[in-house]
This record gives sequence, structure tokens and C-alpha cells, in this order.
Amino acid sequence: MNLTIQVEVNGKKHKSTVEARQLLVYYLRDQLRLTGTHIGCDTSSCGSCTVMIDGMAVKSCTMLAAQADGCAITTIEGLAKKGELHPLQEGFHQEHGLQCGFCTPGMIMTAVDLLSKNPEPTEMDIRHALEGNFCRCTGYHNIVRAVQFASAKMKEMEVASV
Amino acid sequence: MCSLIGQSVKRVEDKRFITGKGKYTDDIVLPDMTHAYIMRSPYAHANILKIDTSKALAMEGVVAVFTGEDIAKAGINGVPCGWQVNFNTGETMKEPPHPLLVKDKVLHAGDSVAIVIAESRELAVDAAELVEIDYEELPCVTDPFKAIQDGAPLVHDIAPNNKCFVWELGDRQKTDDHIAKSHHVTTLEFVNQRMVPNAIEPRAAIGDYDIAHDKHTLYTTSQNPHLIRLLMCAFVLGLPEHKVRVVAPDVGGGFGSKIFHYTEEALVTWASKQIGRPVKWVAERSESFITDAHGRDHVTKAEMGFDKDGNVMALRVRTAANLGAYLSTFGTAVPTYLHGTLLQGLYTTPAVHVEVTGAFTHTNAVDAYRGAGRPEATYVLERLMETAAKEMGVDPAELRLKNFIPPFDGITQPGYQTQVALQYDSGNYHAVLERALEMVDYKGFRKEQAEARKQGKYLGIGISTYIEACGIAPSAVVGSLGARAGLFESSQVRIQPTGKVSVYTGSHSHGQGHETTFAQVVADKFGISMNDVEIIHGDSDSVAFGMGTYGSRSLAVGGSAIVKSIEKVLQKGAKIAAHKLEAAEADLEYAGGRWTVKGTDKSIGFGDVALTAYVPHDYPQGLEPGLDFSSFYDPTNFTYPYGAHIAVVEVDIETGKTTLKRFIACDDVGNVINPMIVDGQIHGGVVQGIGQALFEEAIYDSNGQLITGSYMDYTMPRADDVPMFEVDRTVTPCPHNPLGVKGAGEAGTIGSAPAVVNAVLDALSPFNIKDMNMPLTPQKVWKAIHNK
Repeated sequence: MNLTIQVEVNGKKHKSTVEARQLLVYYLRDQLRLTGTHIGCDTSSCGSCTVMIDGMAVKSCTMLAAQADGCAITTIEGLAKKGELHPLQEGFHQEHGLQCGFCTPGMIMTAVDLLSKNPEPTEMDIRHALEGNFCRCTGYHNIVRAVQFASAKMKEMEVASV
Repeated sequence: MCSLIGQSVKRVEDKRFITGKGKYTDDIVLPDMTHAYIMRSPYAHANILKIDTSKALAMEGVVAVFTGEDIAKAGINGVPCGWQVNFNTGETMKEPPHPLLVKDKVLHAGDSVAIVIAESRELAVDAAELVEIDYEELPCVTDPFKAIQDGAPLVHDIAPNNKCFVWELGDRQKTDDHIAKSHHVTTLEFVNQRMVPNAIEPRAAIGDYDIAHDKHTLYTTSQNPHLIRLLMCAFVLGLPEHKVRVVAPDVGGGFGSKIFHYTEEALVTWASKQIGRPVKWVAERSESFITDAHGRDHVTKAEMGFDKDGNVMALRVRTAANLGAYLSTFGTAVPTYLHGTLLQGLYTTPAVHVEVTGAFTHTNAVDAYRGAGRPEATYVLERLMETAAKEMGVDPAELRLKNFIPPFDGITQPGYQTQVALQYDSGNYHAVLERALEMVDYKGFRKEQAEARKQGKYLGIGISTYIEACGIAPSAVVGSLGARAGLFESSQVRIQPTGKVSVYTGSHSHGQGHETTFAQVVADKFGISMNDVEIIHGDSDSVAFGMGTYGSRSLAVGGSAIVKSIEKVLQKGAKIAAHKLEAAEADLEYAGGRWTVKGTDKSIGFGDVALTAYVPHDYPQGLEPGLDFSSFYDPTNFTYPYGAHIAVVEVDIETGKTTLKRFIACDDVGNVINPMIVDGQIHGGVVQGIGQALFEEAIYDSNGQLITGSYMDYTMPRADDVPMFEVDRTVTPCPHNPLGVKGAGEAGTIGSAPAVVNAVLDALSPFNIKDMNMPLTPQKVWKAIHNK
């Protein structure tokens, strides 16, 4: 069975036909060709597929594309604005928060959610927030530092804009 | 311009990954591409009685279904093993075939039976439901020790008692004599449990046959695309190598599991030609769990003998190593030449003997997983050392320091000849342990521990030291030991007419950051900007040849190959510069990207020389145009990184839960090009070792089912399971490669697991628990405390 959905992805509106059983992650990857969102497991355990849906981090393998009808979605491709890296993207680069890069988009999107709710998290806040995302390369050490970098940078930007 | 070597340059590859522009195999979509689903045996051991594909073939959207019958008819061989390990009697190892699709009898849960190819992934899965396969289940064996006992279910008729080989190394008689004479002998019997590597990117492969050029392209999640091409062409499909291109694009982690030539790679390559369309296969995670080669899985008895002064006299090790049902590419080398040869450790032990029995079982193949044999050897040594110290009532740090090999630089002092074949290159082993003890404040900790005990808190400290053989390897040496491949590396350094540099390397980066580290080396040696250097890897059509990335070899072997090509460029460049400057070559010096006539201000830049090489109007007579060199580098020895790791834990005796409070690593990986990247390698490696110590285990039930076969069941370390790491290093350069580097990829994993186990047992010392098998889960610890 096919359904028609309307979604806004990275600021762009799409009207698409999807199979009823289609998972959101496959819709993003296969139909919209936004392949920055990755698939690392089939049990919603690894977090590689995390995207923002209406401002909340969601594992896009956990929901159907049809359930996203009417939603605004941000994927890793939509995070940098006007070519300017998001502070989290910059943090991952500056603090060597990635190695193979496969978990990175999901990590970053989860961290976006954390910092939107808790702009100055402690180390343990960060670790708890990221516990739904596996990284097999970094040992998490530099990922924590990357989020700390972004937190400090966002605060700096806020101060500067006041 | 200051040297780029030793600088924590931020990674050039990051940009594509943090913006979602990485290109992994599953991201590739080819025109007219089909999708494959591989049907796998649900049984560990069973006869296939019947396969009926007719209903699936009749379904709309199904393109083809192939079975073992088709593969056999096409005359396709199985995937080969890359290392021959013989019996200690001289008899050749037992080497059964590993077919792409099984025709008659499946040998492990997950064995490939059929491939269903359809217009979409979903249709392929749907169609697989319609393939009817009748099995007759047979008894199975999954434990390597049980497998080699009389009467165990047989995996292969050609291997009685399921023995692939019985291998030994060292002096048996001398070791037995020394053990018999020892004042104290510490004995441990334990399991080094089976691990699932679990790179976060699942394996994937796309076969694409181009009829117009009669050419195959394989995109695959591989650590070594050239080796895959060689094995697939020469041993499996019988294809001419020049008609096959293998591309390993961005690869999402490997940790060893993506070294090997897997059946799916040859299957999609072959199937694409059969149907005349590209075929993509992507593993589901549950499929990765039962088909990516696993690691470790040793059942071991180890004895260490000491004289009355606490000097180690002998080490005797007996291991049954699980190989799985089929021999994976390096499956036979890991428990033998990468394990037995490391049993000297950092100690002066005068007699060592190890015997390893390679066992076939009805399980997925076992092969190299980060560390590959060396973590198993280190675990043997460091658990014995710790236990011996406790039994003899001496301090475990003191016992280690007392038995360390004295410092040697490998230049003015010779390398250290071990009892188990290797010659260590250079080392100052006392320095790493002393530094680690200082970092943790060892003496201060004992006071803190005693105080905490009074308050009912159980703190523990655990030490582990290690040495590894990396930079694999000298081809002639490994060849004499049974390797069926050379283990050199190739490079090409192509200077473009404008002085920009393209570097082609046979090493493959899947997280290691070669695009940065290698560029640092090249830019530094040429005295140019890193922006003018591009590192190209992972495509057999652009890189001449390569042996790939594993065994912490990329910089030591691949980097050395690049340095060789750089030297050739500079030699030819000097000839051109001398001509242009009207000076003798001997009067030139090269620095900061310019050749200068010594003692004058006459000079010419790298870019001008490059241009001259391609526009050779005013040019040395008889010299070929162009500035483009390739090299092959075959190392003269392994490299030997080493280090000391210390874990501090707190065990909650009410719940059995271990909390890792601190982790200290002091490693010596030789010279360091990019400290940031080396630290990152150590962090990641350490957490994989912690995973083995505390969390992870591949468990097969009595029916041969992997019951920890998903992320819901197989526990891996998450962000809140580990602390920030305290990392430092000493630097003892490798004396035999041009960069003086030793390799850092596996160090963390090798050193960390025994440190954590030793720390937990130290915390529990009031309960007098001698040993526990990894992983030290809360249940296991609680049971040990309560003597259940």
C-alpha cells in the first residue's frame, strides 16, 4: 500500500509517495538521497540514523515515513547554515570527535538535541545524552570534548549577539 | 616553516563526514541497480534436503535466485585461506573449502544458502520468504576445547577430531625442565571469550559488470581492496585481474573484520554478470553478527614458573583456538604467529613453549579482531604476572619491573632476541611502567584504597604491560611462516606540473586519518603546504597495488613506501635544479621547498622544478621528463610498540557492578606524526579492550545459535560506561624504518583488558577470588563474591 506524505526536510518542502511499511530512514536515504543519515543496526540501538524531527532527536529507523507526514525534519546535511558549520560540527572537527565518520551524523544530531535543552551540560550530562549512540572508534573521549567545545562556542556566540 | 611532523593537525577528511557527505558503499546507487538478499542457514549443522526456488522466481520484481547448485555448476571455487599453518609433525593443515553458497550441508548458523535478487531490497526479502528449503538438523559443537575431544560432532570429514592444526613454538623440553625446577608455579585456566568486532557500518558490496568493456567493478567495505581483487580473481572466480576493479570507498570502521575476502563480494561480482545489471547487498546488523569474522575465542591453560627470588623461569601455554566452521583469510595466523610469538612479553623469561590446537566448530569464522592474537598473549602474561605477585606476596608492579628486559635502542645495542622467534627492535620498558605508576600515584592509591575499604568501598588497581608485533611485515619472514601473500606496501608520488602533489597509497583509511597524517609527512618532506597534497587510496584502478590496512601497519609500511618515493622525487628534482642553477648537484641543499646553492642566494623552488620537468625545454641532457615515482617498501623487521596501562575501578559488592574510575595509558609507539590522531587511536582501542573486560561476549547456545546476536543482546561500551582517559607516551624510535614509527592502532586494545580484570580482582581481594572469566558482568562478579 502506498501513501502520500508532505514533509519539510532541511527547509525544503517535499510531497512524496511512500510505501506504508517504509521506514523514515529509507525514505531519507533512498528517495531524497540524503545519505548522511546512516543505518547501523536493525534494533534502534546504535543511533546512526538520528535526525531532528520538529526540534527533537529521533532515530529515523524507529518510525515510518508515513508518521513523519506534516513534520519538519533536519538531517546532518541541513545543519550548516549558509556554509557556516554548526558549532557541533566545528567541535567534532576541532576536538577530533570522529574517526571513521559513520556514527558522526547521528552523534551530532543527538548532541544538537542535548544542547537545545541543556546548553551547559556537565560531562555526565553529555555521556548520558549520548548513551543511545554507539561509536566504536573514538572511545567517546573526544566526542565529549566536542560537545563541550560546542557548548562553550554557542555561549560565546550568544554573548556576542546580545 | 616549522616541521609538520609531530603537530596535531586537524583532519582534512573531517569536512565530508561532519556535513553528511561521506560516501560509504551503501550510499552508492548505480543505474538499473538490483538488490540482493542472502538466505542463511538457521541451523548450526544440517543437511540440505531440498531447495525449491520456483515460487520466488515467479514473483513480480524478482530478477534471479541462485543456489549452491548454480555456483557448483559454474565451477566457482570457495574463498581461500591466506596463511598455511602446519601441524608440529610437519603435516599440512586441514583446509576445507568455503563455498560461496552451500549445496549439501550447512556448517554454521548463518552459512549462505541462496541469493535472491530483486528490483528492491524489500522485494528481495519478500521473495526469500517464498524459497522453500528443507533441512535435516545434525548435532553440533561450538566450544573449541570440546570440539577436539573424541566423539565430538565432526565439522569436516577431512579433519579428524576437528583439528585443523596442532602448532607449537619455543623449546618444549627446556620449558618443561624449567617449570619442574621452579620454586613457584602460577597456573591459570581460562577462556578468552569470543568477540564480535561490530564496526558501526555493516558490510556491503556492489557488483557491477560492464559488458561493453568486459569489466567487473566491485564496491566493497574493505580494509584492503587490492587483496580482495587478488584473492577473488586468482582463487575464486578465475577472472583476469586487469578486468576487475575493486573500490573501497569511505569505510565505516573495520577493526580487522573488513580485512578478509568474504563470500558476498565474489557472489555479487559473479551475479552481476549473470543478470547484466548491478547487484547491491547490504548486511543487516543481525546478519553482520553471524557472518563478520569474530575474534579471540581461546580456551587456555597457562603456567608461569619463578625462582625463589621472583625471576620468571618459564612460561608454558596450551590453547585450543576456535577457528569456526571455515578458515577465514588470516584465521589460522592469528592464534599462532600473532599470538605464540608474543608470549615473551616484556620479560626476560628464559624458556617459553606454546602449543595451539586450531579447532573447527559449527560457528562463524574467527579471524583478526583489533589486536589479533596479541591481546590473547598479553592477557595470558598479565593475568599470570598479577596472580603470581599475589600468590608470592610481592607487589605486582615490582614483580614486572624486576623481570623486564633491560633498555636497548636497536642501533648501538642489538635488538632483543626472544625465545619465540621474534627480535624486538628497540625499547625502554621500565620507562613506560614507571611513568604510568607516577600518573596514577600508585603509592598514594594504596592508602586511598585502604581508607575506602574501611568505609565499605571496594577500590582496585590493575596493571598491564604489553608488547605487540606490528607493521606487518617482512615478506620473506612471513612467507617462511606460511603467509600466502607478501606484506609490503606500495606508493606513488606524482608531482603535477604546477607543483601540486598527488599521493597514491595502498594503505586504506577507514578512520585512521591517513589523508591527514600522510599529507603531513609529504608536505613536511617537500617543504610545501599540506593544501598542495592529496592522498588517494581505496581504488585498484588508481592505486597500483596495496596490501591494505591492518596490524597497525599503515604508517610503518605504507608511510615508509611514500618516503621512498619522496626521496626519488627529490633526487631527480636535484638534477633538474642543478641544471637550472648551473651548479653541481653536490653543491645543492634542499630546505623549505627550495634547492639552494650552498653559501649563495641562488635557489629554485619546488614548483619551478616541477614545471620544468613537464615543460623540459631547458633540461638536463638524457634525463626523462616528468616527476612521478612509485616505490614498494618491504620492511626488514616487525615494529614493536609497547606500553603500560593502569585501571582504577570501584566494585559495588551489593550489585557486582564495576565502575571504571580512571584509566591511565602510557604507550611507546615510536615517533609520532600527529599526536591528536595517535591519542584518538589509543582512546578507541582502550574502550574496545574495556568492552572485552566488562561487557562483550558472543555466546552460542547448545544448538549453535548465537544468542548475543543483536545490539539488544551483545553489550558494547556506551558513552556513560567509560571515563575520560589519561594518556601519555614515551618515544623510542623504531630503528629500521625511515620515519621511526611503530604503529598505534591496536595498542589500546592489547593493553587494556587485563588491566581492568586485574583491577576488579584487586578490588575484590578481601573475597579471595583467584580468577574470573571475561566479561566481568555484574552477575558474574556478584556470584563470585557470594561464592555461587
